[in-house]
Amino acid sequence: MSSYDLLVIGAGPGGYVCAFRAAQLGLKVALVDKRATLGGTCLNVGCIPSKALLHSSEHFAFARGHAAAHGLKLGSVDLDLPALLRRKDEVVAKNVGGLALLAKARKVAVLQGEAAFVAAGTVAVKGATETVEVTARNVVIATGSAPVELPFMKFDGKAVVSSDQAIAFAAVPRRLVVVGGGAIGLELGSVWSRLGSEVTVVEFLPKIVAAYDDDIVRNFSRLLAKQGLRLETGAKVTGFASGVLTAERGAEKLAFPADQVLVAVGRRPYTDGLGLERIGVALDERKRVKVDAQLRTSVPGVWAIGDVVAGPMLAHKAEEDGAAVAEWIAGKAGHINWDLVPAIVYTDPEVASVGLGEDAAKAAGREVRVGKFNFAANGRAIAADATDGYVKIIADAKTDRILGAQILGRGAGELISEVVTHMEYGGSAEDLGRTIHAHPTMSEAIKEAGLAVSKSAIHAL
Amino acid sequence: MAIEVKIPPMGESITSGVLAKWHVQDGDLVAKDQPLFELETDKITSEGTAESAGRISLKVAAGTEVKIGEVVAAIDETALAAAAPAAPVAATAPLASAHAESPAVRRLAAETGVDPAGVAGSGKAGRVTKGDMLAAAEARPAAPAAPATPAPAAPAVGAAPRAERQTRTKMTKLRQTIASRLVHAQHEAAMLTTFNECDMSAVMALRARYQDDFVKKHGVKLGFMSFFTKAVVHALREVPGVNARIDGDTVVQNHYYDISMAVSTDKGLMVPVIRECDRLGMAEIEKAIAEAAKKAREGRIALTDLEGGVFTITNGGIFGSMLSTPILNAPQSAILGLHAINERPVAVNGQVVIRPMMYLALSYDHRLVDGREAVTFLVKVKQAIEDPARLLIGA
Repeated sequence: MSSYDLLVIGAGPGGYVCAFRAAQLGLKVALVDKRATLGGTCLNVGCIPSKALLHSSEHFAFARGHAAAHGLKLGSVDLDLPALLRRKDEVVAKNVGGLALLAKARKVAVLQGEAAFVAAGTVAVKGATETVEVTARNVVIATGSAPVELPFMKFDGKAVVSSDQAIAFAAVPRRLVVVGGGAIGLELGSVWSRLGSEVTVVEFLPKIVAAYDDDIVRNFSRLLAKQGLRLETGAKVTGFASGVLTAERGAEKLAFPADQVLVAVGRRPYTDGLGLERIGVALDERKRVKVDAQLRTSVPGVWAIGDVVAGPMLAHKAEEDGAAVAEWIAGKAGHINWDLVPAIVYTDPEVASVGLGEDAAKAAGREVRVGKFNFAANGRAIAADATDGYVKIIADAKTDRILGAQILGRGAGELISEVVTHMEYGGSAEDLGRTIHAHPTMSEAIKEAGLAVSKSAIHAL
Repeated sequence: MAIEVKIPPMGESITSGVLAKWHVQDGDLVAKDQPLFELETDKITSEGTAESAGRISLKVAAGTEVKIGEVVAAIDETALAAAAPAAPVAATAPLASAHAESPAVRRLAAETGVDPAGVAGSGKAGRVTKGDMLAAAEARPAAPAAPATPAPAAPAVGAAPRAERQTRTKMTKLRQTIASRLVHAQHEAAMLTTFNECDMSAVMALRARYQDDFVKKHGVKLGFMSFFTKAVVHALREVPGVNARIDGDTVVQNHYYDISMAVSTDKGLMVPVIRECDRLGMAEIEKAIAEAAKKAREGRIALTDLEGGVFTITNGGIFGSMLSTPILNAPQSAILGLHAINERPVAVNGQVVIRPMMYLALSYDHRLVDGREAVTFLVKVKQAIEDPARLLIGA
């Protein structure tokens, strides 16, 4: 029976970062996952493959729709879907292969199999051929999340699918209905829309990506509609039968013919088969593992991180959890700022946010000043055909401290980092405006939005 | 070779102070004897100078508490030879400042004069944010104007929020010490004040009569203080209980007459001691007071100048005070307060006459000094001033 300082269950971004950090700090670490490859949902079937698909499909959409305007005569542009999916698989392979090398170099023991607690410090790992018991002074639950299934419309892997299958359709569906207007639904909806599907997004709430400010969502929705995505909000899905998805909007009955339905209504914490009840790990009312401010569960020596605990289900948040827990276990001062977790929707344009939105700030009764700057007034954006959208900086009316930012625009996900950094250091909108930004770049819009908070943007009135 | 710059010894009771201000910047070339820093201790503010010439590297930030003998900088003497013929001075502010302050903080520092180094930061790892600077600037809105500026007209009611009409500045070490000592004296002693008044006619007549000769001979004016000093020495001899102090459960009786003189300076109250006043002539007392006051106002006063007095005289009269109750200069047991001289109608031999009158106040520690002693003491002072001949004949 092998014994470790730390056993991490789940090799997603939270789990492997936790294992690697602990190994760096000199602990003897084992990392368990039921997949043959490291990286969890994110690298294998989530963030990374979807980004590969988004990137390829963007090129396709450009070649078909915009190349001519740039003076490029491409002749006929045809899709080779198997090749596109192969490239996506290569991207995934490269990423997970890199992790395997890192794990080996860091002397992290990687065990493949399904983990289940036998006792607080003992975990049985059921592999393909045998079950081994592993003991560890600390165990971190990093088992992540799984797609939520609609009880009246269960996944069948063919007609009703989750994102796991929607990243690998063998053929482009003629009509795809996406249930759920969140990041996953809109990203995969965009992919298949660009590749030729008629895509309808059905959202229960009155707006898509509900966490964003109303004005951002309004503009975002308009841009998506222009690309051919049909957005049906405020619609409650009632079922799927005979190739038709049915829904209700108040008294109104809606019907959407669909060859395939992608259900992307959210993800649930995944603790199936872990045997948490056996050792008495407490869950909250939403079946998330209960943890304290240092991510300790109700059982001493057992910790939990990432999607399986409360908080945004985002890979980068899980990574911070994992690194901090490793540091705490090693007796060091781990640090996480859960107030500053950026969130991004990787459509085109992208939507990115951090901190408080304008709507949320006002609802909370805070006095804020908002600076906006349109990419239409940014030189680089005009040159790059990326004039859709704007940057919005929300600052405290009195102290000018940045409270949040929301960006709608090409590459918003890359642009948001700068605001996060400024916020992490307590920066003000003026600080953004007084920091040099290279010209010509889209990032100048951030500086201008910072200046706009005090109504002093240079390239806007 | 690098020479260490240390905090110089200041006197027995002083073990630490605050390095209030650097006059030079890190990396500056300094000349021998050039003032390097200002040191604030409990009692005095003094300057540290360079022992040799060279390039200085600062080891502690301004505002740091430092110990006597602590190394606060090093001067590299070899740098002098290697120094290029005056490095080109950048027209703008230095690119890399010692503190990595955000651009908005730097702007506010330049515009408001608020030094970020003195602001408590709320940002990551205690960094000062723009909000911190705005709050500090709001708490201290007045631009560093010349102190002689006439008082502004009363602001229109409701013109500005209250906070903008307030100024907040950190207390100097000297002011903090004064504050804690005064409160200590009030808490510790059983303090009581007795009053009297004296007719200044005789002293004024003597001054008028001998002033010219006195100035000609001694080069200093004959003031009131020498009369009062002599009167106090005379009264202390008559009532020795006032020239004593409590030390735990012991009474310490002084057999000497070192008198502390309160001097107002722009940095706060200083109380230099004039030694052996019983043996000094009037001219010597006047000279000693003038010299001590000058040193105090120039910040050159040494600790030894402030220690060991047995009794204090404070003159609120120069500011026009009619009457006040001075607080003891601990551990002393009594303090005499002088006040303004005003012409008042008084009854003399059954006649109402106009006389230049001064109220006298003696605060004393009732634990040690009885009322009879205190009142007698003050009457002795009054009599000596009203009839200075008593000082001559010892009556």
